[in-house]
Amino acid sequence: MSARVITITSGKGGVGKTTATANLAVAFALLGKKVACIDADIGLRNLDVVLGLENRIVYDIVDIVEGRAKLRQAMIRDKRLKEDLYLIPAAQTRDKTAVSPSDMVRVCDELKPLVDYILIDSPAGIERGFRNALAPADEVVIITNPEVSSVRDADRIIGLIEAEQKGPGKLVINRVKPDMVKRGDMLSPEDVIDILAIKLVGLVPEDELILVSANQGSPAALTPDKSKAGKAFQNIARRLLGQDVPFMALDEDLTFVQRFLRALGFSSENVDSGNNTARNKKNNDKAGSTSKSEKEKIEESAGAES
Amino acid sequence: MSSLFDRMFGGRKPTSSQVAKERLQLVLVHDRSNLTPAQVAAMKDEILEIIARYVDFDREEVEIALTSSDRENTLRAEIPIRPTSGRRRRPVTPAPLSDA
Ligand SMILES: Nc1ncnc2c1ncn2[C@@H]1O[C@H](COP(=O)(O)OP(=O)(O)O)[C@@H](O)[C@H]1O
Ligand SMILES: [Mg+2]
Repeated sequence: MSARVITITSGKGGVGKTTATANLAVAFALLGKKVACIDADIGLRNLDVVLGLENRIVYDIVDIVEGRAKLRQAMIRDKRLKEDLYLIPAAQTRDKTAVSPSDMVRVCDELKPLVDYILIDSPAGIERGFRNALAPADEVVIITNPEVSSVRDADRIIGLIEAEQKGPGKLVINRVKPDMVKRGDMLSPEDVIDILAIKLVGLVPEDELILVSANQGSPAALTPDKSKAGKAFQNIARRLLGQDVPFMALDEDLTFVQRFLRALGFSSENVDSGNNTARNKKNNDKAGSTSKSEKEKIEESAGAES
Repeated sequence: MSSLFDRMFGGRKPTSSQVAKERLQLVLVHDRSNLTPAQVAAMKDEILEIIARYVDFDREEVEIALTSSDRENTLRAEIPIRPTSGRRRRPVTPAPLSDA
């Protein structure tokens, strides 16, 4: 067994990286995979509370790196699940420089024979913490919200991931509000894919149960039948496993999104492969074009007459 | 982009998400190229200055645009050259296919 390492990142903070990591870890475990998740947000540890494992921490990743603990000693097993789910917590009293990218690679190499998937919860930003999270990645999942600053930061992160030869990554759009999309007051999934031009691997609706489950330390993916977001994370896990899972309607209104996708030449069932179509159809945006060419003017006037 | 809006929405006021998309596309052109709008303008001026040393063109007809699509930046320039009387292309004599 040699695990696949998936890093969950975003650039901007607060878009749902930790939520996604916890829920994907649970979803993988429920699908019968052995998972370990690593909290790479050193100094701002959170994955432990979202998973509800905060009371069981003895050692953390810095203890492993600095030799105070063996890897096994720092792996906290989630006893709610039949299949193995482990957390390697971040240190809370240290900062990002306590771990280097090569430390992360070493820890992951040691972890790989023990599980099927390693999920790394990246901190916000593009500095050391992000580099640490990216270094061991076989695959990168970028979380964004349908909102300008989040999409802009995601674009920057995608550029950095590509520069590190880890790209282009797969996209999860989190906190989609179908009624706002319908009103035209929220970027649609199609808009976001169009701008970022990477493969979509999941759409997660805004869901109050995410907060409720974070309150309780019991990820929504544990009860995918009760929570649309929990179900969405389960679907993402299955897509990451290579299964062909159709994009679900986030609610009645999200058939609107499907119509949107269909209007662009692909059905909701094959968004993954179809987003190339969207790219090809995409209009180049023109920044500061000086004036229209004569040719274009002629074409336009000809078009008006016919 | 506004012409696209016109086509799609018949000149109606764009929704806030359309505005968001348009603004994002513009800002990302600069983010992706690492150039500020002022630097892009300066680059255009310099390009035209060099071209003007060799050919005659009307500045009004020039179109130079930095575009971004599919994660790649392209600099496109279309500069219609003014025909100048007197300076004609030399007639081209076709090269013989062989010496024979
Ligand atoms: N799909 C969602 N619906 C509702 N709330 C969400 C959703 N995803 C994340 N949140 C909330 O957003 C906040 C930030 O999420 P978090 O996962 O901590 O972000 P990050 O790790 O990227 O900083 C949390 O309060 C979380 O409960
Ligand atoms: Mg976090």
